[in-house]
Amino acid sequence: MTTSTMDVELAVPEAYWTRTRKTGAVMVVLGLLATIVFGALAGSENARFALGENISGAGFDIPGTFGAIFFGLVALAAGVAMLVTGRYFGVLTGVALAGFIISALCWQMSVSPVSHTMPLGFIAAATFTAAIPLIFGSLGGVLCERSGVVNVAIEGQLLTGAFFGALFGTLTGSFWLGLVAAAVGGALLSAILAVFAIKYLVDQVVVGIVLNVFAGGLTAFFYEQVMRPDTDAYNFPGKVPSWPIPGLVDIPILGPALFNGNIFSYGSLIAVAVVTIALFRTRWGLRTRAVGEHPAAADTVGIRVLGLRYANVLIAGLVAGFGGAYFSMLSTTGFSKYMVSGAGFIALAAMIFGRWHPVGAFFASLFFGFFGALTGFLTSISSPIPSQFLSMLPYVATIFAVAGLVGRVRAPAADGKPYVKG
Amino acid sequence: MTSHEPMEVEPGATAASPEKGPALPTPGVDQYHVDPSLPAAGGVEHHDQADRQPKHRAPEEAKAKRSFARTFREELWANNNFTVTLLAIVLALICGAVLMVVGNAEVRDQWQYLLYQPGKTIGDTWAFVSTAYTDMFKGAIVNPDTVNRWYWNMTTWQQVFYPISETLTNAAPLIFTGLAVAVPFRAGLFNIGGQGQAIMGAIGGGTVGLALSLPAVIQVPLGVLAGALLGGLWGYLVGILKARTGAHEVILTIMLNNIAFLFLGWFILQKGIKDPARSDAISKPIQESGRLPQLIPDPLLRANLAIVLAVLAAAGVAWLLKRGRFGFELRAVGHNPHAAATAGIKVGTTVALTMALAGALAGLGGTSVALGTAPALTVDMLGQIGFNGILVALLGRVRPWGVVGAGLLFGALQAGGNAMQTFSGVSVELVGVIQALIVLFVAAPALVKAIYRLRRSPAAAAQAGLAKG
Repeated sequence: MTTSTMDVELAVPEAYWTRTRKTGAVMVVLGLLATIVFGALAGSENARFALGENISGAGFDIPGTFGAIFFGLVALAAGVAMLVTGRYFGVLTGVALAGFIISALCWQMSVSPVSHTMPLGFIAAATFTAAIPLIFGSLGGVLCERSGVVNVAIEGQLLTGAFFGALFGTLTGSFWLGLVAAAVGGALLSAILAVFAIKYLVDQVVVGIVLNVFAGGLTAFFYEQVMRPDTDAYNFPGKVPSWPIPGLVDIPILGPALFNGNIFSYGSLIAVAVVTIALFRTRWGLRTRAVGEHPAAADTVGIRVLGLRYANVLIAGLVAGFGGAYFSMLSTTGFSKYMVSGAGFIALAAMIFGRWHPVGAFFASLFFGFFGALTGFLTSISSPIPSQFLSMLPYVATIFAVAGLVGRVRAPAADGKPYVKG
Repeated sequence: MTSHEPMEVEPGATAASPEKGPALPTPGVDQYHVDPSLPAAGGVEHHDQADRQPKHRAPEEAKAKRSFARTFREELWANNNFTVTLLAIVLALICGAVLMVVGNAEVRDQWQYLLYQPGKTIGDTWAFVSTAYTDMFKGAIVNPDTVNRWYWNMTTWQQVFYPISETLTNAAPLIFTGLAVAVPFRAGLFNIGGQGQAIMGAIGGGTVGLALSLPAVIQVPLGVLAGALLGGLWGYLVGILKARTGAHEVILTIMLNNIAFLFLGWFILQKGIKDPARSDAISKPIQESGRLPQLIPDPLLRANLAIVLAVLAAAGVAWLLKRGRFGFELRAVGHNPHAAATAGIKVGTTVALTMALAGALAGLGGTSVALGTAPALTVDMLGQIGFNGILVALLGRVRPWGVVGAGLLFGALQAGGNAMQTFSGVSVELVGVIQALIVLFVAAPALVKAIYRLRRSPAAAAQAGLAKG
């Protein structure tokens, strides 16, 4: 993304109110809110956290009022610690947020008319499942933007992947060929992005937005014309096989999430590892980052800037397209139009939230996925908190992140700028 | 490009190679340079009058000889933008035809026999494609059959104007959301938040429309005002965050789009808003007294006041950008925020107000749907008008009257697409593809020129002035 118009007037000197202290103040407010409000509203029933995938089985109970107040105080303490010390930003923010969320959960679960039990294993699995497409999408974004090409077309790449996966998975009768086709589909859309952004120097955000409309229209058109009249022949891809790892599946909480997976869940973990190592430990990665930060300098030392950018944009399309197949081959069987419905934009947010780093993007995706899982859970226990407001949290968090309220994020320096050899 | 003749200066306009430069300006600060022709405060009018003229004529002389017909002819032939736009439309329609054929089972199967029955294959294809596009034309502009039947008193005159009415109805919100992208573009800001701002506008206007029962003379303006206000607030939020913290507006607006969408989903379920008689997520119907009045009171002709308001808004924006003090500051910030700040313009305030204005325009777009055509508030009532507004603004080259033209074209495509789906069985989703392709081709004039092997005319030099590198 291009830098801000406003940099001119924003050189505020950093005084006492550093990022950590500001965040600490916010956390103190949240902690007080949790202690007083949640504590007062919580019921006397126990909030039960079951370790397994369902509400029976081992678990631990926390009395509602006690839990709400105790974890509110934990958040408060972490906030005060940040305020006083002005250090340990990451750890203390995590503790404070966790305390706040658990406090809210104790309140909600103790007063729920339906169920007082939260199956942690199920929540963990749902979090990871919801995060999978975001992980692939945000990795696609990272690969693209680290080399200096803005990728707003993640939504379109996911959608194209979903469509190609369903169509060719059905036509060839092979699930695996469908996956390959999904990756190729994402890469095809990426190729358009690459040509227009790199060769024709069109503004990259413009191309991305237009490509989203294009991909949405194209897949919806063929869905209406071809798939819907004859679902069996064109829109019936195979079911994704499940590969549980014996033994490890039985680990409480995390077992069902990580080790009862399929090609998408294992693939996403591998992809994060591979992209991280490739970006920071290989020659290709060093060159990619150089091209994204200072293409002219990279060009001077003999790196083919445009060639590298083409390659990276295409790889990004492969990754995002593969992830798109999740929608039509895992979460449901078959394609339906506009089925990605904004996940590409959340993936974009995850990439920014993760500071253009694959591991950061991975954790941001999990964070967003967790809110998705939490929304589902709270709806299932008929919580009075509107699910829409919970779903808003990832977007609000991203606004806070880019506005520098919770730590400033910075894009690669040459992100969004076409390179013309001069 | 080395010449320094006066030219239409857009945000991001810098010298570039004419062969490779895109015609669309870019709101990217870093490509800005101080344009020699950027006038001081006193010379705004003169600058804009002169900059369309070909280079060999002195601005004073050109101003004296300028007449409407002449300007029109020069715009048509000397300005390459028009040619590129036209060819881009043709190219997109050709691509659309290919997709139609691929998407139709019968015609597609016939292509297997291309070598055995070449005549039939080509004939069938041509018949299919031409029928579909003819239906599109009939649904968007005028149906000759209807005119004929009306001449013989077999149908009413309302039927004749039905297609045009549909086109205007579809165009109005797009013009609003297009302007909401075009105005900030001139200030160097890319507003992707038209969708969210339109949603907030629809909430504002819709709430007034369904909750109150006042005389229409009061309720309609009140609803329009509420829509503009709420949309404006949503835009102002982006502007103030950008001005205060330097957060990038593209990311802010994408996030606020989603927040607005979720908020609408929550809002229509609230007591007093939701229709108690229905089990699905839909609000109470908009009251008759809150609706935008139709241009011609007839159940068939849906075109309403929105299109008039849209054109007025475009005229207002055109005036503002050309003559208004705020418009000057806005463009100055777009050209070079550093220079603008040095000249005493409050950059942050200008950015915030620009986004508020954009939000208000998009909000009007949402209101025009809520109070014009939608029976009640629903989650998907607005479709994609915010994102289509981006396409409209880009196709209209971020100029107010260009946006009106592009909005009418997109409205016609939408209206025609509906007719095409009904009569030829080609899904209306094709329209979205055609629209995206048009903008994609327009955004890369070098591509269009390469495809059509256009030669570089003297006017291409002026065209290149719009390009950045």
